[in-house]
Amino acid sequence: MFYRENGQFKTSYAADQQIFGVAQDRWAIVLVLAFAFLAIPFIASDYTFQAILIPFVIMSLAALGLNILVGYCGQISLGTAAFMAVGAYAAYNLQARIEGMPLLVALIGGGLVAMVFGIFFGLPSLRIRGLYLAVATLAAQFFVDWLATRAAWVTNNSSSGSVSAKPLAIAGWAIDTPMEKYLLCLALLCVLGLAAKNLVRSSVGREWMAMRDMDVAAAVIGIRPTYAKLSAFAVSSFIVGVAGALWGFVHLGAWEPAAFSLDRSLQLLFMIIIGGLGSIVGSIFGAAFFVLLPLLLNQVPHWLGLPLSTATATYLEHMIFGALIVFFLIVEPHGLAKLWATARQKLRVWPFPH
Amino acid sequence: MGFFLETLFGGLMVGTLYALIAIGFVLIFKASGVFNFAQGAMVLFSALTMARFSQWIPGWLGMEPGWLGNLLAIIVTLALMVVVAWLIERLALRHLVNQEPITLLMATLGIAYLLDGLGPMIFGSEVYKIDVGMPKDPIFIMDGLIPGGVMISLEDLYAACIAAVLVICLSIFFQKTKTGRALRAVADDHQAAQSIGIPLSRIWVIVWSVAGGVALVVGIIWGSKLGVQYSLSLVALKALPVVILGGLTSLPGAIIGGLIIGVGEKLSEVYIGPMVGGGIETWFAYGLALCFLLVRPQGLFGDKIIDRV
Repeated sequence: MFYRENGQFKTSYAADQQIFGVAQDRWAIVLVLAFAFLAIPFIASDYTFQAILIPFVIMSLAALGLNILVGYCGQISLGTAAFMAVGAYAAYNLQARIEGMPLLVALIGGGLVAMVFGIFFGLPSLRIRGLYLAVATLAAQFFVDWLATRAAWVTNNSSSGSVSAKPLAIAGWAIDTPMEKYLLCLALLCVLGLAAKNLVRSSVGREWMAMRDMDVAAAVIGIRPTYAKLSAFAVSSFIVGVAGALWGFVHLGAWEPAAFSLDRSLQLLFMIIIGGLGSIVGSIFGAAFFVLLPLLLNQVPHWLGLPLSTATATYLEHMIFGALIVFFLIVEPHGLAKLWATARQKLRVWPFPH
Repeated sequence: MGFFLETLFGGLMVGTLYALIAIGFVLIFKASGVFNFAQGAMVLFSALTMARFSQWIPGWLGMEPGWLGNLLAIIVTLALMVVVAWLIERLALRHLVNQEPITLLMATLGIAYLLDGLGPMIFGSEVYKIDVGMPKDPIFIMDGLIPGGVMISLEDLYAACIAAVLVICLSIFFQKTKTGRALRAVADDHQAAQSIGIPLSRIWVIVWSVAGGVALVVGIIWGSKLGVQYSLSLVALKALPVVILGGLTSLPGAIIGGLIIGVGEKLSEVYIGPMVGGGIETWFAYGLALCFLLVRPQGLFGDKIIDRV
């Protein structure tokens, strides 16, 4: 009843093309952002920041990057964690080798190196697709795992194979409390999320989607497959690389190659399947779901007085995710984002069903 | 020379085991067009079931663990794998008929996660032993030719023979029987097969059951060699490059591909590995598969060219 568009007339192209066309959506997003930036820093505890909010924000960013590749361009990737690792190690090397390297430049540099790497491993996609491409991206995963453990220059000759980031600071602002770390990640998520949203609305995004829906037809109407696919790989791995650098620098602080294992790649794929393939907001839903479910599994039996052992909770988590993947693929291939869109549509026409 | 041959034979034996897992992949792909990522999870699940029941059944019946207990455990496990196949068809595949291959691939990833959680939850997560009386002693051959001879594990030799028998049986099944031909029709085109009256659901249950059986064979061999543990389901990741190399639809291709990768992996680890810091075993297979994808995407024995873009 509050979600009405009556009387909201669009009188210019700019008004017609804005991201949030309905006034209520604009207020809602402003409220959400205000809450995330202004309210949460005051109400959340350090534990909440470290255990829930920071991983959630960084994983959202990584899922967003993967969603561009898989959801929008239809190129499956099982090597996302490898691109995260490249971003993290590249950012680490930039900071370790160049004196006085600003944090933001290092993070973006990590993203750029991951982008080059992504384009390189995206080259096979020009000739193969589907499950063959999945094998090619798995090759990236195993290769990076190996490189990070064996090649000394990747870890700047650290003896144990694990590396640690320097204290974080941007232009004199020392980022040392969990709250500040959260704000840094959130700001980056907002900037990159907005950029991604605008990209997928633009001609580039439409090329990706045409490629995904039917590549031969897309080529016939004049979309260059090389350009479309490689640009999707580039943008996707850039975002994933930045997310990886954040994961290493901000969330973990010190990390070793195991932090970016195959398991992480699969988790990210599951996030976007559950959240919604081909949807920006879906990536965020998926990451939220993924961070919250283990917590619920730990807490709910505890409240009910039936504490699960850690091992059982892990297995249960595996099973629930597995079952949910199959469930979503069958019942709602567009994931939570589609459920959200349906709910909005219902609200819009309420009280009429159609 | 002796060392080279030992490495070579070691590679061949590892290769047969990769090949056995790859057969499971090929089987399901050949018969239903689904790229089954859950094969590794099925190997782990069947091996766990087998390991546990071969201990439980003698306990329940109050007899000594021996071949009878193992046989009963194998029968129970096979029955369970048929149930699993039936459930997978009922709950997942039935609803995904005529979907894109990528959707099916992701669905099998979900099934893999489900089985990986279910197995250890029911059967516990320690390292279990499977003992089906495979001989453990190594034998030495070519004593006269090379000083000291070349060591071969008899266990590996048995595994290779089992693999060969399995492939021959499956090839005959696919080529000569009515069901086998129906399976190949389904793989070509779900819709067309359905429209000429091939019962898709029954075919899928059959083929997933057979794949479950193959998984059990792999599980028993690996399990009696290394013990049943979570890493079993990761070994299956080696089977992916094997099937790419051998061709997705070819059973002999899976064997040859497995052997090539097994040998290549061991030889490169020993002879090239030291130059780059070792451990290239982890990605050698994938690198090889990647090169192959660029040159000959249908694999060595694949019978159709995949759709180029």
